[in-house]
Amino acid sequence: MSAPARAAAAAPPAAGAPCAACLRRAWLVATLAGRIEYARRTGAARIPLLLALGDRDLMRAAGASPGIARSYEAFAPDVARDAVRRARLTAICRHDARYPSALHELPDAPAVLHVAGDVERFLALTADDQPAVAVVGARRATGYGAQVARGLGRGLASADVTVVSGMALGVDSAAHEGALEGGGATLAVLAGGAERPYPASKHGLYVAIRERGSVVSEMPPGTRAQRWCFPARNRLIAALARLTVVVEGRERSGSLITADFARDLGRDVGAVPGAVTSPLARGPNALLADGAHVIRGAEDALDLACGVGGWQRRGPGPGAVPERLRALHAAVASGLDTPDRLAGAGVPVSAALAGLTELELLGHVRRLPGGGYVVALESG
Amino acid sequence: MRRISTCPHQNRGDFATEPRGRRDLREAVSIPRVSRGKPVLFRHTRPSSVAGVLARITTFCIVGLESRPVAVEVDVRAGLPAFVIVGLGDLAVREARERVRGALLNSGFEFPQRRIVVNLAPAHLRKNGSGFDLPIACAVLAASGQVPAASVARRAIYGELSLAGEVRGCRGTLAVAEAARRAGLDGLVVARDRAPEASLAGDLEIVGVDTLAELGRILDGAEAVPPLPDPRAPERPARPAPDLADVRGQWAAIRAVEVAAAGGHNLLLRGAPGTGKTMLARRIPGILPPLERDAAIEVTRIHSVAGAETAGGLVDERPFRAPHHTISPSGLVGGGALPAPGEATLAHHGVLFLDELSEFNRNALDALRQPLEDGHVTIIRGQRAARFPTRFMLVAATNPCPCGHAADPKRCRCTESDHARHRRRLSGPLLDRIDVVVDVERPTAAALAAPPSTDTATVRAAVLAARARQAARLTAAGVTCNAHMDAALVRRLVRLAPGARAQLAHSYDEGAISARAHDRVLRVAQTIADLAGRDEVGAGDVVEALNFRGEPVTPVREAA
Repeated sequence: MSAPARAAAAAPPAAGAPCAACLRRAWLVATLAGRIEYARRTGAARIPLLLALGDRDLMRAAGASPGIARSYEAFAPDVARDAVRRARLTAICRHDARYPSALHELPDAPAVLHVAGDVERFLALTADDQPAVAVVGARRATGYGAQVARGLGRGLASADVTVVSGMALGVDSAAHEGALEGGGATLAVLAGGAERPYPASKHGLYVAIRERGSVVSEMPPGTRAQRWCFPARNRLIAALARLTVVVEGRERSGSLITADFARDLGRDVGAVPGAVTSPLARGPNALLADGAHVIRGAEDALDLACGVGGWQRRGPGPGAVPERLRALHAAVASGLDTPDRLAGAGVPVSAALAGLTELELLGHVRRLPGGGYVVALESG
Repeated sequence: MRRISTCPHQNRGDFATEPRGRRDLREAVSIPRVSRGKPVLFRHTRPSSVAGVLARITTFCIVGLESRPVAVEVDVRAGLPAFVIVGLGDLAVREARERVRGALLNSGFEFPQRRIVVNLAPAHLRKNGSGFDLPIACAVLAASGQVPAASVARRAIYGELSLAGEVRGCRGTLAVAEAARRAGLDGLVVARDRAPEASLAGDLEIVGVDTLAELGRILDGAEAVPPLPDPRAPERPARPAPDLADVRGQWAAIRAVEVAAAGGHNLLLRGAPGTGKTMLARRIPGILPPLERDAAIEVTRIHSVAGAETAGGLVDERPFRAPHHTISPSGLVGGGALPAPGEATLAHHGVLFLDELSEFNRNALDALRQPLEDGHVTIIRGQRAARFPTRFMLVAATNPCPCGHAADPKRCRCTESDHARHRRRLSGPLLDRIDVVVDVERPTAAALAAPPSTDTATVRAAVLAARARQAARLTAAGVTCNAHMDAALVRRLVRLAPGARAQLAHSYDEGAISARAHDRVLRVAQTIADLAGRDEVGAGDVVEALNFRGEPVTPVREAA
């Protein structure tokens, strides 16, 4: 073991802080990014195999210069920690108990995750008992694709299932936007540093996700994404989700790479069927031909991710009925389920109308076509 | 040149708008303008042996809802007997020849066997209607010396003649009377049954006559002007107005009607067939505040012009118009080659009830958008434009689905696509202008047997109190009720209690309501507060207003 490595091992990180070895690994991958891209283009190496190599083997395989080797030996973890802090990120290394256990199944799991936004929310979104569904697809999606992705995102997030995607144009963004509409349970995995949006045009979406969901990347702050970083990012998306849904994508597209990763990890793969004449539907239709699950809407995805019907009991739930509305709630439950019936039973009609809507806003009752109300399933 | 320019015939275009005082009248009576002007015009142009006898009388022609002055000039001169009317009259005006001739002869007057030319000036204005019969007949009488010319110089004349010489009323009498007053004339001759209506214009001597012969005697001075029946003591029987006490159950719908009436909000009643939507709608005019006199006169004028029943006097009840759903766009908002007011204008200051809203022609409903928004509609046809007021309260009724039984899944026979189509037909810009939506339920047997929950007098008192509260707040801003507040006024005038502000902001931020719905909810909430006797809008008012959007609201999830 070299001296710096020993030094890193000898100084155990503070509680929750990333360990030196992992930070160095992240630094190394980012530093070698250009060479790894070169190696990929010349066909010298496959990315998952490269990333699974140890530090020294990686340097050798990527053809690191002696200068890089020297910097590697002299790596100062505190400089990296400072950079993370300055970028307002949180670094979680793979030795950290908070590191998502789903990623441990990757042979080439990233050494460090850089999280933007509230770290507690990130942990909630990636908890072991929190189902997550990846929604991926073409950047140049059709209106149909964007609409389906948005609907999926909304439906999944409404049931409090994490929507994982890559914040790319088209399907990815639509899925995130839908998830924000549905409550905000969404996780964006970026190919470059997590401290800034990529693509830059999605700045608004990035800010919204950072505020209400979470943004994560394996690359240290300041890294610009190389082409290989995108398929590498896709492996994280596939690993973080129980189910990967491909909405639209051409053959041999990045979305299909994500689906391949998911299949390799033994995760479910779903696809949204498309028109057989559309080039963008070739990818998902091919997946369906190979036995992927048919995804017609959020319900199908939820059945796969949470077990059939299991998702209906999910969600934060409406909480307790406020004291002053309890009598009204009980009356609705007992069959006085329209404003007129309540008024007939002596409730002032104005109070009945207002109270019913208040209960509805709190999620305790639902309004039916025709003006009746039912007690919501999840309301106790 | 100077003489010609002072000649009244040269100035005929504006003679009617020139204000004239009483003193002027005395002059006119002693030296009638017609006879004073005539020698000036004709002395040097015609040999006296063939000089015609000229008479002129002012009458009015209805254009849109207004009336324009028209001078009826009659020239009687030697020549082959003929009777010609010129001046762009329509068929009814041309046919006046036969009615005038018949009426004159049958009333014991002489019809001059000379060349009679009637000119209706200004010549460029198209004249229509039958109101020219009586002025033409009187002008012929004056020109032939059978009545004194002075007696018709300061009076407008407006009416139709029968062959027997009876005088019949014409539509638009009130508009004519108002125009006559504005023109500075002193009197107006109309059919006797239209006299009360004409007298509403005020400050005008109204001569109501039954026959041409009677009018001849009055103009001769042989008979006094008959006294007017007092329009303020109508002898018509009090029609029993439908009362809310007839409605059983329907608490929510009655509440919605009360809120809508109090704030002037447009209302949608949604319910299965036979639940009483029409019954409720018919009771809305009864709970609206009484018409102000100005508004009543406006309504009377509109109804009179449109030829609707005005009961011969002031229409002091709010109109209730319920056109059938096959109505055309121009029937609804007005139109025609000569623009005529439509149902929307006839419902001005009252209620326009559209039963079976989803059955209405899409074009007709779309045509309602501008009138609903602006409170008036401008109809342009060919070279004519007319502007009609349309400040009505829209009350619409519809089934919840094509079969009408959406509330009862066992009875509803509609497919999902039927529901979607029905919603699509109803949705859109018109529905955006409806503030209050309520589901009308089928009353239970118990409710049917129970005593009525309220009556018109009670609800009306509440509505009146709420309107007074609004007037105090809104008059300075130039609007009369909450429904007419625009976005800026809502922001400026609606005061929210802290709890209400939080409730609304929460619903809005969480996407439960849209930006457009936000203002509508505020307007309705303000009305609910007004009904409760409060100026400040409380949280309860806001949620009740949210209920009246008539749609499910997305539950607002607490931040997880």
